[in-house]
Parts: sequence; structure tokens; C-alpha cells
Amino acid sequence: MKRRTLYMLLVAAYLAFIGISFVACYDPGRQMGRSLAYFAFEMLKILPCAFILIGLFEVWIKRQTIEKHLGRQSGLKGHLLGILLATTTVGGLYVSFPMAYSLHHKGARLEVIFTYISASAICRVPMTIFEASFMGGKFSLVRLLVSIPLVVVTSMVLGRFLEKRHYAVMAG
Amino acid sequence: MRYLYWATAVALAASLITDRQKTWTALRLATKKLWKILPAFLVMLVAISVTLYLIPDALMLKVLSNPRPWISVWTASLLGSVALIPGFVAYPMCGILHARAVPYMVLSAFSTTLMMVGVVSFPVERGYFGTRVTLMRNLVSFGIALVVALVTGLVFGEVTL
Repeated sequence: MKRRTLYMLLVAAYLAFIGISFVACYDPGRQMGRSLAYFAFEMLKILPCAFILIGLFEVWIKRQTIEKHLGRQSGLKGHLLGILLATTTVGGLYVSFPMAYSLHHKGARLEVIFTYISASAICRVPMTIFEASFMGGKFSLVRLLVSIPLVVVTSMVLGRFLEKRHYAVMAG
Repeated sequence: MRYLYWATAVALAASLITDRQKTWTALRLATKKLWKILPAFLVMLVAISVTLYLIPDALMLKVLSNPRPWISVWTASLLGSVALIPGFVAYPMCGILHARAVPYMVLSAFSTTLMMVGVVSFPVERGYFGTRVTLMRNLVSFGIALVVALVTGLVFGEVTL
């Protein structure tokens, strides 16, 4: 069976379970249903915009531009740009995956998109400000100063290792 | 969140004015791409709602406030990897936990894995980069989070080497 069909069957079964739970007043099922609805709505607020921006990016940004700034010759500057780009991410990891895929498709180097993905998890601007206001600036600063260099180094190692192995990103 | 809407509206308008044909191509591409990955996103939503039920807040509080920090750093990292909680819920919670004397080190392990390691977003990530790479990236991120937690503990004087 294709994975897509499998996923859809799983989701359909889950929705049926939630539906029955509401009818039968089964409380765990109702709780799951509520959080499902909540998170589905959260994604609905983000995903269409994110994919429109990705579509516009694919159509308008020239391959040469991406290749030059984030491609093979970009070096450390490519990583820096990747981090800068990541700070603007909204939502979380799940938004940066399709964006990273499009960047790679346009010629961004594998190691740069790994940096981009991890950076979008740890240094989104609104999130970091929010974090600092609850945990204190020192906490956020330590986190950023330790994690960013580690992210860049591990992305370089992982990216180069995979490039040597001729790893190809699948179609998405 | 609002700036996402503004950015999208401005970009879309600028694109429409410049080239109507290209804009349609972009929108078609956007729909196609979203459609293709949608089942993975739906599975992720199912996984989020199930894990949220299986790990209720009370359990999370209990696990994170374990008095032995070395144990709670590990459990906090595992919990953070599995859960997918938005930042605007997670950070206030960490703030409360810190007021209850949970060390910064533990909260750092929890919040960093929460952001960087995605067990429930696995189907989405896998759809783009394949199982092997997804596993590698998540394992590396888990390691980074542990290092961040350790340094946080050292900086705040919660542990000594």
C-alpha cells in the first residue's frame, strides 16, 4: 500500500474514533478531539500563507541567486545567511521543512539547509523575545551562543557526509 | 503571526502587478505542494493530539520537578522531543516551573528539545528528506540540546564539573 493511502486511512480511522467518542461521551476521545481541532486551526492559520510564499519564491527567485549565496561556493557566509533567513520563520520546524526543500531545489547546499532548519527551531525572533521575557536574557543568550556554533558545525559535517554519499533529497 | 499575513499579502500583490501569469503558476505550485504533503501534516496532527493526551500537564510537571537534576535532564529531553507545544504555552510553563525551583538546566533541556527535536513531526520531515536523514538530524539535535543544557547548568552554577 502506498504511504499516502496508509496515512489517509489512519487519519480517517482517528476521525471516526473522535466522532464516536463525542456521540458516546467517551471523555479521553473528546479531549483528543478538542486538541486536534485546536492544533488543526493553528496550522490552518499558518500553512496556506507559508505555501503561497514558497510558491512565489519558486517562481520569482532566480536559481543563480540562491546558488551564489547559499550554494557550493557560499562557505560560512551561506550558513550565516541561512540563520538570518531562519530568524523570520513563523510556526516551527514543520514550516521550515518545505521551505528548506525549496531552497535546496533552487541550489542551496545541503549543509546550509540543515543549518537553516535547526536555526528556524532555535532562533526565531518573536519566540526568542518571548523566551527571554519568561526565562531571563541570560538563559536565552547562553542557549543561542552554545547552540548556533554547534548547529553550524554539525550541519557541515552531516551535509558533507551525505554529499559524499551522493544523497539525493526526494521529491516533495 | 500578523506579519506573516502582511508579508504574504504584500508579496502576492507585488507579484500580481508584475506578472499575472507567473502569479498563477506560483499559486498552482503552492496548492500542489501543500496537497502532496497534506497527509503527513494530518498524521502529525493526530500524533500531537494523542501525545498531548498521554502526557498531561500534571505528569509533565511531576517529571520535570524530579529532585535529582541528572535524571530530570534526561527525562526533560525525552519529553521535549516527543511533545510539540507552541512556544507561547511552553515558556510561561517553564517560567512557573523555575519559580518552583526547577533548575535552569532542566528547563533548557526541555525547551531546546521541544524546539529542535520533532518526534511527532517525523512524517512531515520524512516526506521531504527521507527516513535516514530525518533520524540523523533529530539525533544530532538531541545531542546539541544536551550540550546546551549542560552549559546552562554550568553558567548558572547548578552543576560543577
